[in-house]
Amino acid sequence: MSDSKGTVPLMINGKRTDGREVEDLRNLRIEVGIIPEADGSAYVEWGGNKIVCGVYGPRECIPRHDASPYHSIVKCRYMMSPFASLEEHSRSGPSRRSTELSKVIREVFENVVIAEKFPNTQIDIYIDVLQADGGTRTASITAATVALANAGIPMKDMVASVAVGKAGDTLVLDLNKAEDNFGQSDMPMAMSQKDKKLLLLQMDGLLTKEEVIEMVGMAERGCEKVNAIQTSALKRFYEKGEDETVKW
Amino acid sequence: MVMIMGDEVKDVIMAQIRRDVLNNTLSKGVRFDGRKFDEYRPIEVQRGPIKTAEGSAVAKIGQTMVLVAAKFDIVKPFPDRPTQGVMVSNAELLPTASPTFESGPPDEYSIEVARVVDRALRSAECVDLNSFFVETDKVLGLYLDIYVLNHAGNYTDTATLAATAALLDTKIPKVENGAIIRGEYAKPLNPTKLPLTTTMVKVGNNWLVDPSRDEERVLETTLTIGTTEEHVCAMQKGKGAITKDELVEAMEIAFKRGDDIRKILKG
Repeated sequence: MSDSKGTVPLMINGKRTDGREVEDLRNLRIEVGIIPEADGSAYVEWGGNKIVCGVYGPRECIPRHDASPYHSIVKCRYMMSPFASLEEHSRSGPSRRSTELSKVIREVFENVVIAEKFPNTQIDIYIDVLQADGGTRTASITAATVALANAGIPMKDMVASVAVGKAGDTLVLDLNKAEDNFGQSDMPMAMSQKDKKLLLLQMDGLLTKEEVIEMVGMAERGCEKVNAIQTSALKRFYEKGEDETVKW
Repeated sequence: MVMIMGDEVKDVIMAQIRRDVLNNTLSKGVRFDGRKFDEYRPIEVQRGPIKTAEGSAVAKIGQTMVLVAAKFDIVKPFPDRPTQGVMVSNAELLPTASPTFESGPPDEYSIEVARVVDRALRSAECVDLNSFFVETDKVLGLYLDIYVLNHAGNYTDTATLAATAALLDTKIPKVENGAIIRGEYAKPLNPTKLPLTTTMVKVGNNWLVDPSRDEERVLETTLTIGTTEEHVCAMQKGKGAITKDELVEAMEIAFKRGDDIRKILKG
C-alpha cells in the first residue's frame, strides 16, 4: 500500500479524485428492515459499497458450551462476496482479513449491547459485502448498529463509523478505494455517539502523533454526520411502517 | 458482575478471589510483580537460533517467548505489483505454549497478531520489496513465521520484537538462473527502520504496559500501538472503549517504551 505512494495522484488542486473536499463524506444511504426474515436488518450504500446486515437473536446459544449464564454472547461474521471487487473473482468463504474484521467488529458491539439482559443466549450479527469500494468495515459497523436497533436489542449507545486517512500528503475523511489502496495511511474508527469513545481503532501507514490526534477529531465530526443519517433512516422506517419495499 | 465475552469462555478459570485481589491492588497502583505501570518485564533477544532459515530470532519479555523465522522462496508477484517482492506473515499460537491454545487451523487471535505484526513492519517500510525482483514473473517471497512458544502475557509485543530482530538477522540469499542457492547469501537484508509495538491495558483511567497473563485476564480494554523512531506505524484496539485523551497518553507511552526497547535491539 504505502510502498506505491506517489504513483497515483490523489489530490489535485485541493480536491480529491472524486471531486470531494477533505472532510466530505461520500453519498451514504441507509435502508432499514430489508430482510423481513431477520430480527433486524439494514442495507447500506456508501459510495460504491453495498452491504447488507442481518441480526438474529437473542436466541439459543449454539454450541451450548459457548453460552454464559451471565449475559448474551455477541457473535459477528463479516464476509466479502467473491464478486465484490473490480479485480479477479476471489475465493468465497472466510479469509484471514474477514476473520480479523469479524473479531474487531464484534469487539465494537460488545461495548454497547446490554448483554446482561439475556443470559444463555447469543446475538448474531451477519454482514455481507456485496460490492466493495474502500471502507467496508466502517460501512459494516454503521449498518450493524442500525440492524441491532431494528432488532430491538437494547444498546447503551449508537455507534457510527468512518475512516480517516492520509492521501496525497493530506488528511482526508472517508477514503475511497483509490485513496485506500494508494494512500499513505488508513485509520478506521468507530465511536459511540453519546460519550464519544473510540470503539474501533486500527491504523496502518506512517503518521505523527499530531496527525493521529487531528484525525480522531475529523472522525468525530464525520461520525456525527453518519449518525444523523442512521437516525433518520430508523425514523423514516418506523414512521412509514414495516411494509416499505427497498429499492436496490 | 462477571463479564466474560466471546471466546474468553475457553480460558482457564481464574479464581474469583484472585481476580478481586488483583483488581484491588491494581486500583491502588500496585502490580503483583512489583513493576511500575509503564515498566516492561525483562527483555532478552537472541538472534539466529535457526540455521535452516535465512534469518531468525527468539525474543523474551518476561516468561513470554516468541520465535520468528524468516525464510525466502521464489514466488509469483501479485498481478498489480509485478516487480515487487512479497512478504507474508503467519502466526502459530502453539498448543505447546499455553493451556488456552488449541491445535487446529489458525483462530482469530493468531490471525490478528500476524496481521498486526505484518502491518507494523509493512507500514514502517523496513523491508525494500522492490529489491526482491528476480525476473519476469519471479520475485523473492519473504515468509515470516511467528511461533509463540510460551504465553505468559503480551505475545503481541514479543512477536513484533522477535520479527524485527529476525529481520536484523536476515541475509538475502544468492539467486542464480531464477533459483535460490541455499546456504549462500548475496547481502544482509538491513532493515532501515525498527518497528516495535507497545501493548497496554486500562486500569481505571491509567494505562498499564506489557500486561502479564493474569493482568490480561482481569483488564479488558487493550490497545496496541506500533512505533518507529518518529512515527506511529500501526494501531489496533482490542476489547473496550477509549477516549481521545487516553489515546494521546497511550501514544506518548508507546514512543518512550519503543525507544527503550529499540536500544536493547540495537545491542
